[in-house]
Amino acid sequence: MSVSDALSRRRLLAIGSAVGGGALLAACTSNEKKGDSGSGSQTVNNSQGDNTAPGKAVKIGFSAPAADHGWIAAITANATAQAGKYSEVTFVPVAAGKDVTEQRPAVESLISQKPDVIVMLPHDGAQMTSTGRKAMDAGIPVVNLDREFSDPLAYRLLIKGDNYGMGVAAGHYIGQKLKGKTNPVIAEIPGIDELQLTQDRSKGFRDALALYGLKVGPRIAARFTVASGQEVTANLLSGNPHIDAVWNHDDDQGVGVLQAMQQAGRKEFFMVGGAGSLDAMQHIKAGDTPLEATVTYSPTMASSAINLARLIAQGRKMSELAELQVPKLIILQSETITKDNVDQYMPLGFRS
Amino acid sequence: MTVLEKATPIPAGRREWSEPVKRNLGLVGVLIAILAVGAITRPDLFLDLDWLWRNELLILTQASAIGVITVGMTFVMIGGGIDLSVGALVALTSVWCTTVATQQFGSLGMIFTAVVVGVIAGSLNGVLIAYGRLVPFIATLAMLVAARGLAQMISGKLTQRVDVANQFINQLSFNKILGIPALVLIMLAVGVLGWILLNRTTFGRRTFAIGGNPEAARLAGINIRRHLVLLYALSGLCCGIAAIIVVSLSSAGAADHGDLYELDAIAAAIIGGTALSGGRGTIVGSLLGVVIFKGITNLFIVNNLEQEYQLIVKGAIIVAAVLIQQFRVSSLRRRTSG
Repeated sequence: MSVSDALSRRRLLAIGSAVGGGALLAACTSNEKKGDSGSGSQTVNNSQGDNTAPGKAVKIGFSAPAADHGWIAAITANATAQAGKYSEVTFVPVAAGKDVTEQRPAVESLISQKPDVIVMLPHDGAQMTSTGRKAMDAGIPVVNLDREFSDPLAYRLLIKGDNYGMGVAAGHYIGQKLKGKTNPVIAEIPGIDELQLTQDRSKGFRDALALYGLKVGPRIAARFTVASGQEVTANLLSGNPHIDAVWNHDDDQGVGVLQAMQQAGRKEFFMVGGAGSLDAMQHIKAGDTPLEATVTYSPTMASSAINLARLIAQGRKMSELAELQVPKLIILQSETITKDNVDQYMPLGFRS
Repeated sequence: MTVLEKATPIPAGRREWSEPVKRNLGLVGVLIAILAVGAITRPDLFLDLDWLWRNELLILTQASAIGVITVGMTFVMIGGGIDLSVGALVALTSVWCTTVATQQFGSLGMIFTAVVVGVIAGSLNGVLIAYGRLVPFIATLAMLVAARGLAQMISGKLTQRVDVANQFINQLSFNKILGIPALVLIMLAVGVLGWILLNRTTFGRRTFAIGGNPEAARLAGINIRRHLVLLYALSGLCCGIAAIIVVSLSSAGAADHGDLYELDAIAAAIIGGTALSGGRGTIVGSLLGVVIFKGITNLFIVNNLEQEYQLIVKGAIIVAAVLIQQFRVSSLRRRTSG
């Protein structure tokens, strides 16, 4: 009897502490910071012109992939925040899930709600083209965000970043600093190499470096993740005892890249990043790492897309343009952020 | 008890080297071959002993997280199971231990959280398999999906940086003891403890017995269900430890940590001689398998070659290792039956 008593007491104690521990652990999933009020999203304050003046009420539909990294999360956050700035805008976001097969029905249900305009960042431009076309055919203008449809009839406005331009910007920065040097070692750390955008970035980088008579040396791809950035860079540094410059395509994986550089105690080179995350900007400002500059591919494009979608729906013009309608194609310039202008860009930085 | 005797890996007093030892020597041979290829392709580096020492320590450091996971995986596989959830559990535990709420409790709180979450998730795997009668493949596949999802939910898919206040975690990937990186020492400690647990305790002998012949093990009076739960809990524990290593290496927790670690760990265990069917395997072999994979990664990157080649080479090595294993087993059978 006493044995089983002790057993059950032990069991009770175990269960009790398990429940208590579980409650404690569950409380540990919170990421609320004290005094953390901002959502970290950016909006556009365009003070010039009369475009901010309220117009007729419009309903803007929005669809973007579920966030799998900071950049996409920032896209949705920016769009939501920007739409919230206009009292006459009703913002109707639909979850686009994890791939095209989930985004297609989501957007189709959006079409049936008959919004005045749809802003869409497709999972895959080519595969979502027919859905974009369907909306256009139903008389709903589509603002195609970043990933381009294969048919121009499927969008009213295409607004996208410039991957090739990113490579060019990084190439110019490195080229200007290293020009005249004999055989400098320029390393490149791309993200997922199978993606067209990675190929475009690398081509821009090569082309720009060629203008200075320079070539890319070691080039090892990571996978856009922090851990892969760390592993690839640690090995890359080991294999190249002297490096002059590094271009890392992506500030998300850059966290790991910088960590590997610190672990190896290497700082004979300078580094250029990509995308323009808040973290990267803070390092550029502080000058505490080899990261000297980053070339933007900014999720603020979502804010701009909402602004332009609103103008399209209201039939208004862009105040700086003579034409009476919003243009059809906007390619954003990849900007180079350095210590000199980082303060200006800091408000646009996204949390990775 | 015949099962236990048969499964005991090293019969004492035999002069010829046992099968696992031979195999491990073969793996050491592969490592030497990797070094030789390095010496031929980059003589400027590999013949510089100072560089070579630092590079080998780097390989071991990069191997440390997968190494710890593979120790747990080896136990599970010897016990006749498989754990596909290890990568996702690394992601989940890394995220859980780097939330703002957890980080308030300091480095020790982070380590405690990672370990406890790992053990709980692993136990859940074990309970589903032992008491829910789910096939290990399915149960841990479900955990893979769910844990990754939970990790994304908690982190909001953002990278969770380690707070500067948590110096211990931050410094772990920089610290060395007697010239050996602390992360490597953690892997070695887990390896040694795992070896003792597997080869010198009842727990280890039971693991071999259950994997080798579950029915005989049951008849021998082993509580198979409880043992299975313990095995998967052990694997979860290893995931928690590995998460601390990954968090320290990358200075962050993230839902995309541990990407495809399950494949790396299974492959390493298999080329280390662990049988997918259970009942056979060694800790040393598994760890050598991990180091071989990381050594190949390093060899290719040091030669500035793109990844596609190393993937092909790694695939070939897995096939070769299994083919050699089958050939050995069948020739052994022929000898004993003839």
